[in-house]
Amino acid sequence: MTDILMPALSPTMEEGKLAKWLVKVGDKVRSGDVIAEIETDKATMEVEAADEGIVEAILAPEGAEGVKVNSVIARLQGGGAQPAATAPAEGAVQVAIAATAAASSPATPPPASLAAETPSGPTVRLSVRDSLRDAMAEEMRRDPSVFLMGEEVAQYQGAYKVSRGLLEEFGPARVIDTPITEHGFAGLGVGAAMAGLKPIVEFMTFNFAMQAIDQIINSAAKTHYMSGGQISCPIVFRGPNGAAARVAAQHSQDYAAWYAHVPGLKVVAPYDGADAKGLLKSAIRDPNPVVFLEHEMLYGHEFDVPASDEWLVPLGSARIHRQGADVTLVAYSRMVGVALAAADLLAAQGIEAEVIDLRTLRPLDHGTVVASVVKTHRLVTVEEGWGPMGVGAEVAARVVADAFDFLDAPPERVSQADTPLPYAANLEALALPTAESVVAAALKACYR
Amino acid sequence: MARVSASKTATAARRSGSEEGPVPDREQLLAYYRSMLLIRRFEERAGQLYGMGLIGGFCHLYIGQEAIAVGMHAAQRAGDQVITGYREHGHMLAAGVSPRSVMAELTGRAAGVAKGKGGSMHMFDAERGFYGGHGIVGAQVSLGTGLALANRYRNDGKVAFVYFGDGAANQGQVYESFNMAELWRLPVVYVIENNQYAMGTSVERSSSETHLFRRGASFNIPGEEVDGMDVLAVREAGLRAAAHARSGKGPYLLEMKTYRYRGHSMSDPGKYRTREEIDEVRKTRDPIEHLQERLAREGAVDEAATRAMDAEIKEAVADAAEFARTAPEPDASELMTEIYVEAAV
Ligand SMILES: Cc1ncc(C[n+]2csc(CCOP(=O)(O)OP(=O)(O)O)c2C)c(N)n1
Ligand SMILES: [Mg+2]
Repeated sequence: MTDILMPALSPTMEEGKLAKWLVKVGDKVRSGDVIAEIETDKATMEVEAADEGIVEAILAPEGAEGVKVNSVIARLQGGGAQPAATAPAEGAVQVAIAATAAASSPATPPPASLAAETPSGPTVRLSVRDSLRDAMAEEMRRDPSVFLMGEEVAQYQGAYKVSRGLLEEFGPARVIDTPITEHGFAGLGVGAAMAGLKPIVEFMTFNFAMQAIDQIINSAAKTHYMSGGQISCPIVFRGPNGAAARVAAQHSQDYAAWYAHVPGLKVVAPYDGADAKGLLKSAIRDPNPVVFLEHEMLYGHEFDVPASDEWLVPLGSARIHRQGADVTLVAYSRMVGVALAAADLLAAQGIEAEVIDLRTLRPLDHGTVVASVVKTHRLVTVEEGWGPMGVGAEVAARVVADAFDFLDAPPERVSQADTPLPYAANLEALALPTAESVVAAALKACYR
Repeated sequence: MARVSASKTATAARRSGSEEGPVPDREQLLAYYRSMLLIRRFEERAGQLYGMGLIGGFCHLYIGQEAIAVGMHAAQRAGDQVITGYREHGHMLAAGVSPRSVMAELTGRAAGVAKGKGGSMHMFDAERGFYGGHGIVGAQVSLGTGLALANRYRNDGKVAFVYFGDGAANQGQVYESFNMAELWRLPVVYVIENNQYAMGTSVERSSSETHLFRRGASFNIPGEEVDGMDVLAVREAGLRAAAHARSGKGPYLLEMKTYRYRGHSMSDPGKYRTREEIDEVRKTRDPIEHLQERLAREGAVDEAATRAMDAEIKEAVADAAEFARTAPEPDASELMTEIYVEAAV
């Protein structure tokens, strides 16, 4: 007898819906046969049998929602000698190991303290993924010169399903699948922007934009200056940035500091859905090249997002997510969630943290940060990338320069360990900032 | 199958046929069969462990493409180098790396080939000349050409075998490498594993020239199309290509027509092709069944013998899975080691 377990079908999947059974009790299955369809937030996927045997029982009925990864969904009978790794007696151990792996994945649920800061006016509950999609769709409706280009953005509906439905609405002339040629299509995008179009170039992830970084920096960022203002480059480079889960060194990097270093670029890295939408719309309308850094781990998170088509968040303004008088936590992208979780932990110890989401890294809203430090006298920066020469270093330097007399403690920086990101679950967990490491830094800044 | 040749020497080399190795004997055929079956069963198990959360991140299975790693390995000599992309589990097994250490890398354990630091997409075995396992599409082509540059520099008779996909074949650095490889007559064999899709994009939707073996033509690199589902055809073409490269004539390009049965990675909804298309290939072109039929036809092996081999492989894979599940994770101190080579004082 073999248990068939609910499979994990992506690096970040924790549960799914059992959409359809393609076998019934009594059916004989062979390894490789498709036995069921499962829906995740991203897609519908087929489940293939990995063992042979006869279906003895179906335990998760068709239509069951929220079926946890690794729970038993069906049972097979027979099929010859069962290899040790699937013997039922060991099921409990497997589940325990898988649970540890899941716990170490860096997903952070949005903390409760966020609800206070939602924008006014009617809102809809939307995932970050769909907020980004809506931003693009609205701007494409508004301006016929806006188009989307990248790998798998059209027929596949986006590798992370961010462009879902856009091909159907706007057609293949405006939603363009490219070959795997980042350097080339980024250059084409920049050229089209120079000619007056407004391309949105999606990188499947920003790790692959390194193939194209020359065009982003040498061509997109500098041409307006070099041409004495004759030629501009209204383009958005967007895609997921930072560490996903267990995808290891070449696929887990935060490029915020890299791009924020460059004059001529604007750099945006939103946390919640309202900002993701409002900032992307502003980025598309901006006459300059904008690097728009999303986060895969946030795509599935839902937030209240203004329903208005004219919901714009200006580039270059930070947002105070949570008020506090004792210490200032400065973060961007997924680390805002980590900082908010840390603030909840600190509150339990009687320390009120102010949490600032930078939202835009270039131009940096220095005023909001300084004003907060003037109030709290303490600064902790949090970034997912490496610390040396990083965003935290820049923020700390500016605070020291402008609010030196208000600081009661040296600024603290929390960042990824100074190493390529390892694959092993335990090492990965040690490498990335957590609410606990932010709390430790805040306590240090508070001399506690 | 189809060929393109931009140089007369290449045509001559192919016609002579003398550089091809001897026809494989029964033992060799059985070894290829065994190796392909090991990869198939290993990958099925890896898919299962992924589903259980024991393997994380991206995991790209090699099922369907086994004949290429195995047939090409048969064309290599000790000391030759191999480099490929993230779909490398099969290449590692074909190179003789133990299933235990590959599987333990997949589960991120200290006993893995890269101590659990690299994972599914980044596996290396320097001793066997296996230079990875690279996650960035196309990067291995320049790197592999650099391995060949080192071989030419040292004149050591080694050949670099560089594998990449049909999707990777569109990256610019591939052509920059082709140009230098031919210009400097580097001993490199380029193997395009054309499984017809790059993620969800078919070759037709991404390539203006869909006959990828012609992609070297404007650099004067001879190329041929090979049935990548036939381990013996792969081996023969591999021997031809290796002989060309080893004799100082420069690079050679092989386009292997193949197919991946599973999704691009474990998280691929697979809406870009039909179930029927997959089933058709499995039914009519499967590399393992193909060889099995041949073995049976020639009376080289009876059913009892293949069944015994199946059982033995199942056992080896189960052992690897059990080992990879229970082996300890790397020590926390490993986080900060091997970032730099410690300079000898
Ligand atoms: C530079 C770069 N761009 C994009 C990706 C994402 N990606 C990983 S594999 C892949 C498809 C590659 O297809 P192909 O070269 O045909 O190899 P196959 O997966 O079929 O073996 C893509 C787009 C990447 N890893 N690196
Ligand atoms: Mg391919």
